Amino acid sequence: MASEVVVLGGGVGGTMCANLIAKHSQGRAHVTVVDATGNHVYQPGFLYVAVGKEKPATLQHPEKSLLRPAVSLVVDRASRVDPAAQTVLLESGRTLRYDQLLLATGSRTVMEEVPGAKDVHDFYTMDGAIRLFEALKTFEGGTIVLGVAGIPYKCPPAPVEFVFLLDDYLRARGVREKSQIKLLSPLNRAFTIEATSKLVQPILAERGIELTGFFNVESVDPVAKTVTSLEGETVDYDLLVLVPPHRGQKVIEDSGLGDERGWVPVDKNTLKHTNFEHIWAIGDTTNIPISKSGSVAHYEASVAAAEISAAAKGEPAPAHVYDGKVMCFLETGQGQATTIRFDYDHPPVSPTPSRLWHWAKLLFNKTYWHTVPQGRLP
Amino acid sequence: MSTIQIDKTIDARGMACPGPLMNLIGAIRQGQVGQTFEVLSSDEGSKTDIPAWVAKAKQEMVEVVPEDGFARFIVRKAR
Repeated sequence: MASEVVVLGGGVGGTMCANLIAKHSQGRAHVTVVDATGNHVYQPGFLYVAVGKEKPATLQHPEKSLLRPAVSLVVDRASRVDPAAQTVLLESGRTLRYDQLLLATGSRTVMEEVPGAKDVHDFYTMDGAIRLFEALKTFEGGTIVLGVAGIPYKCPPAPVEFVFLLDDYLRARGVREKSQIKLLSPLNRAFTIEATSKLVQPILAERGIELTGFFNVESVDPVAKTVTSLEGETVDYDLLVLVPPHRGQKVIEDSGLGDERGWVPVDKNTLKHTNFEHIWAIGDTTNIPISKSGSVAHYEASVAAAEISAAAKGEPAPAHVYDGKVMCFLETGQGQATTIRFDYDHPPVSPTPSRLWHWAKLLFNKTYWHTVPQGRLP
Repeated sequence: MSTIQIDKTIDARGMACPGPLMNLIGAIRQGQVGQTFEVLSSDEGSKTDIPAWVAKAKQEMVEVVPEDGFARFIVRKAR
């Protein structure tokens, strides 16, 4: 009898992993993906929606169209996992039994955790990105502030990319001279990686983008229009964009599968749950202190797929483990970009920003639908 | 042998992004005053970054312990 493999979450990691398990298990596993919407969303595109460079419709495809025919899709929300009984209870009342379970539920944003931030802007959800672009279209000058209100957050380069793309947008609209752009960085430099910061900071200065270091947003006063940091400083704004706090999905918290923020503890190499048998987690879902990004989910998906396929076939776990590989792009505006590559054993490297990497990023974004979910890119 | 009780350990060795300090800031934000956090970092920059942020954010640097190929930073949430 075939093993029942259940995958919670139809994002980049869940979709790719489900397809690879179906491919590798040679009929010895039946894979079911449970996704709350049945709609696959390419989240790296939100950044571009926020500055009017991408249309929301191009960032969404039906999940079913991205799955191999042998993979079943259940459009429902998982409400509870019982690791002892090896079952998943769905909101509809249906129960799925599993032999192997992959948690690929990702993260959710919780702006409501920041006092006073209810109406501030963000580009971490589709609705947030659409609303931010509406506000930017009528922005006639003043101070736009970008701050970070929680760690960890998805796509660490995104705040820096946003201020560069915002600078381009305001210049194109002819309102840049009447505007100030301020980047409030959690660290004492523009970006977490020092080598990348050294490339990026002179470009920020050249574009007139003001950088304030060691500013971790703690609260907002929407009446006085000020934002205050954990470190005790306050900055004025006319338009405030925040990276919202993130946490794991409710099903993880409700099922006791994660830590106090809903992040699932896994072995950083095998991606197996540290407390429960037959459960793996990948991507934003885990508590590994590595970037929450599609890139990590992508590289982890092939490792988890090999692990789960072996377990489904009753074979020993494969020797190949996740080595901490990350590769992402960083837009620096004016049609240029750089990349960041590293793994657990090799420190990051970033080439000088160029048009080549900007075009490579656009090409990746456009071809994503035909490559990554199917596992065609290693 | 250290006898400090650690409430949470963050093993950020080899994880350049978001990085040891970012992970520490995240833990401190979510933690309770009086809790002690330990960050393991193989990043050279941590030796200056972590104490600089701890001072700026008025937290308490309890100890920095050099180990083989990495360092152990012990920080208490002071406020």
